[in-house]
Amino acid sequence: MKVFELVEELGLKVFSGHKGLDREISGGYVSDLLSDVMGNAQEAQVWITLQVHQNVMAIASLKDLAAVILVSNLEPQENTKQNSDEENIPILGTSLPAFEIAGKIYQAFNR
Amino acid sequence: MKLTFTIQGGDFTHAGHPSSEVKKVLKQLNIDNKIIKNVVIALYEAEVNVVAHAYSGTVNVEIDENKITILVTDEGPGIPDIDLAMKPGYSTASKSVQEMGFGAGMGLPNIKKNTDEMWLETEVGKGTKVKMLNYFA
Repeated sequence: MKVFELVEELGLKVFSGHKGLDREISGGYVSDLLSDVMGNAQEAQVWITLQVHQNVMAIASLKDLAAVILVSNLEPQENTKQNSDEENIPILGTSLPAFEIAGKIYQAFNR
Repeated sequence: MKLTFTIQGGDFTHAGHPSSEVKKVLKQLNIDNKIIKNVVIALYEAEVNVVAHAYSGTVNVEIDENKITILVTDEGPGIPDIDLAMKPGYSTASKSVQEMGFGAGMGLPNIKKNTDEMWLETEVGKGTKVKMLNYFA
């Protein structure tokens, strides 16, 4: 599944990093602790979080993640969006809390 | 090959820059992807430790045919109890740092887990040195 397919299927908002929308997704990871993501997320996963600052993009880039999904209508900071455009890693958004969006993504993957 | 970077305490904006540069170099050298991942995790954690706890620091990277050695030296408060600092979940990070999602007490344990060898030298009131070594094969 590609990032843009997930965006279409779940009606996600695309804040930035549009050039990365054709990245292939390998799965997902949910965490707001950066060391946890750094240590345990896998390449090409989508990262579901409520963190909106630019260190999120540093980690997404170092870990080669497919996209970042911000939950509960949160919006990325301006410099976070800039980094996302530079790294071509999309930042997506949803009105749903982490539990619900994770459930939907899990379903989409296991259909 | 040698690379040097400086880190400013409190400067979260540039945290990850040395890790990103080292990642690029290792990719160019065609190092095994799994080893690159380990090196990047360990170096990022060491960088964040300096940003979150120290006043300033330097990263010295030495890459030769079969290994990468990284020395992160900081001027900072030092670590009073190394065993406690190595314990997963123990953190002395400030509340504002924790709110950013750092300071989960996983930094030093993550470094240990992702390196082949790790040395830690610290003096309270002066600073800390972390040396990390990863073999390429």
